[in-house]
Amino acid sequence: MTAAIAVTGLTKRFGNRTVVDAIDLTVAEGRIMGFLGPNGSGKTTTIRMLCGLLHIDGGTGECLGLDIRTRAAEIKRQAGYMTQRFSLYEDMTVGENLDFAARVHGVKDRARRVDASLERMGLTHRRDQLAGELSGGWKQRLALAACILHRPRLLLLDEPTAGVDPQARREFWERIHGFAAEGMTVLVSTHYMDEAERCHAIAYIAYGHLLTVGTVAEVVAGAGLSAASVAGVDPELVAKLKSLPSVATATAMGARVHLAGPDAGALGRDLDGLHVDWHAEDPNLEDVFIHLMAAHPEGGR
Amino acid sequence: MSFSLARLAAMMIKEFVQMRRDRMTFGMMVGIPLLQLLLFGYAINSDPKHLPTAILDADHGPVGRSVVAAMQASRYFDVTSMPGDEARADEILARGEAQFVVTIPVDFSRRVLRGERPQMVVEADATDPAATANALGVLEHIALHAADRDLAGPHAGLRQGAAPFDLVVHRRYNPEGETAFNIVPGLMGVVLTMTMVIMTCLAVTRERERGTMESLLAMPLTPMEVMLGKILPYIAVGYVQVAFILGVAKLLFAVPMVGSLVLLSLVTIVFIAANLAVGFTFSTIAGNQLQAVQMGFFFFLPSILLSGFMFPFRGMPEWAQVIGEALPLTHFLRIVRGILLKGSPWGDIALDVGAMVLFTAVAGAIAIKRYRMTLD
Ligand SMILES: Nc1ncnc2c1ncn2[C@@H]1O[C@H](COP(=O)(O)OP(=O)(O)O)[C@@H](O)[C@H]1O
Ligand SMILES: [Mg+2]
Repeated sequence: MTAAIAVTGLTKRFGNRTVVDAIDLTVAEGRIMGFLGPNGSGKTTTIRMLCGLLHIDGGTGECLGLDIRTRAAEIKRQAGYMTQRFSLYEDMTVGENLDFAARVHGVKDRARRVDASLERMGLTHRRDQLAGELSGGWKQRLALAACILHRPRLLLLDEPTAGVDPQARREFWERIHGFAAEGMTVLVSTHYMDEAERCHAIAYIAYGHLLTVGTVAEVVAGAGLSAASVAGVDPELVAKLKSLPSVATATAMGARVHLAGPDAGALGRDLDGLHVDWHAEDPNLEDVFIHLMAAHPEGGR
Repeated sequence: MSFSLARLAAMMIKEFVQMRRDRMTFGMMVGIPLLQLLLFGYAINSDPKHLPTAILDADHGPVGRSVVAAMQASRYFDVTSMPGDEARADEILARGEAQFVVTIPVDFSRRVLRGERPQMVVEADATDPAATANALGVLEHIALHAADRDLAGPHAGLRQGAAPFDLVVHRRYNPEGETAFNIVPGLMGVVLTMTMVIMTCLAVTRERERGTMESLLAMPLTPMEVMLGKILPYIAVGYVQVAFILGVAKLLFAVPMVGSLVLLSLVTIVFIAANLAVGFTFSTIAGNQLQAVQMGFFFFLPSILLSGFMFPFRGMPEWAQVIGEALPLTHFLRIVRGILLKGSPWGDIALDVGAMVLFTAVAGAIAIKRYRMTLD
């Protein structure tokens, strides 16, 4: 299988701050890659470099087999980019925005394609509404419609579901899977953990460094964490659990506290020593990410 | 990626749609020419009377007195001072205390009666030609008949034909002695400079400020397509303004239009393009819309001051003329005035058109070079 995105050493500096530091990333064609990381970790910056919107300070790579440094113009024709912040024209109607995108991309049979895309996104009845008057969820649909009008081979979606209600998020992910089934490659950034489960693979970035890549199972297994569940909600107990040397993360979950640490033996011994009611359970992605961030030199706790 | 007419059309359609929705810009397009026309037009229509006049009378004779009386009677001239000597008279004129100094030489009356046609010198402060033109016109008429009563009896023969004395008018401070008709044609250039630079500049900075630049840059558009797509719609707007101003100039102010309007329209494209290129260049520097407007004024001020619109070009110091020559408005003013008032043919304006073309090419090249395809 060929790679739709293949970059190595991708680096971006703003002034003397390295915001994206030597990222290696490969996304196989037709896959949905989740791009996770806390705010300010460099997700948007990375995506912008991939589609030629930011000058690249280091590294090389290709999107759709085209060099990202020299052939950005061709990449733009075959990729669709949905920006984190709504960036279509708020003083134009839904229909006018789509018509503009279709014209710029030289879409054949424009009127019909615009109609079809309105239909597909459930936007038909809002065609004459100004984009600026749409609510968040509808703006997001419009933005998605605009970036797939030209049937791109690569979709770059930057936090497309931020601030959207669960029902709309669900529909959105169904659409994404639909696109992938049609052969599109999707790179989608998010900070919702549950969305990671919907991706074929995930990449986790923090402080501009790519900390882990793989399927969710691979990422969790690769971190080598063990987890436990302890009965109790007492804040004192949580504080005590957190201070145990074998515990990397402690999260209060309803009536129990979820713990994770790198050493299963040590964790068991520590918990037995406290005489609490506990049992082992599977570590989750969040444990892995928190652990990876903490273990990273820039994130030392 | 090569230039595509379809993509250019997409850009232009988008700009037109946005233009239509933007009340502010729309108001500017119609409001500025209207306001300026009314303001300046009022100045043109006004026919200032009671202009302060100084009389330097070295004659103290009857004919001089008759002329002064006739001048007062015309209501254009108010005698406000009677300086004792020439130095004092000069001072009065220089300070603007009087608009005119009329010098009646020694023995004036006697020489008129002898039929020697002596000179009567009128110095006019012509910095504002509109203010003095009518008064000076009236003066010619006064000179013909003012002395009629004095030329009675044996001197009656002198009443016939030309005036009995020689009226010499010196226009000071404005050697060109330009007429008020200069203003409305000039206004065309001024309005275009003001609106075109700011509007293109805003059209680009707005994209950056509203964040739409990110989507625009992610689309397969070349810098040339973006630039032309932004500029061409405003050329159309510029033409609407030109037609509007010319219409008003003709209907309201009866400005003569001697030359070819076709030639004028063709040349106007170059001038509009020059200003739009400046606006586009500014937009690559300005960070937001406020800065864009400020930069627009930064260009507008020297244009209006040093182009010959406000002050006669030949009256400016040399350094100012050098700057003026570099501004497209200077050349456009010459062209418009030339075509409308003198009926200049192509040959007479070619040099000025060439200067504007050069300016446009340089500004356009800077704009394209500075326009970045990335967000940083
Ligand atoms: N144009 C810019 N100039 C300077 N710093 C920037 C710029 N864009 C982003 N940054 C900084 O780079 C870091 C990464 O930002 P970003 O890529 O937007 O992160 P994310 O999308 O993961 O939240 C942030 O600290 C942000 O402040
Ligand atoms: Mg971001």
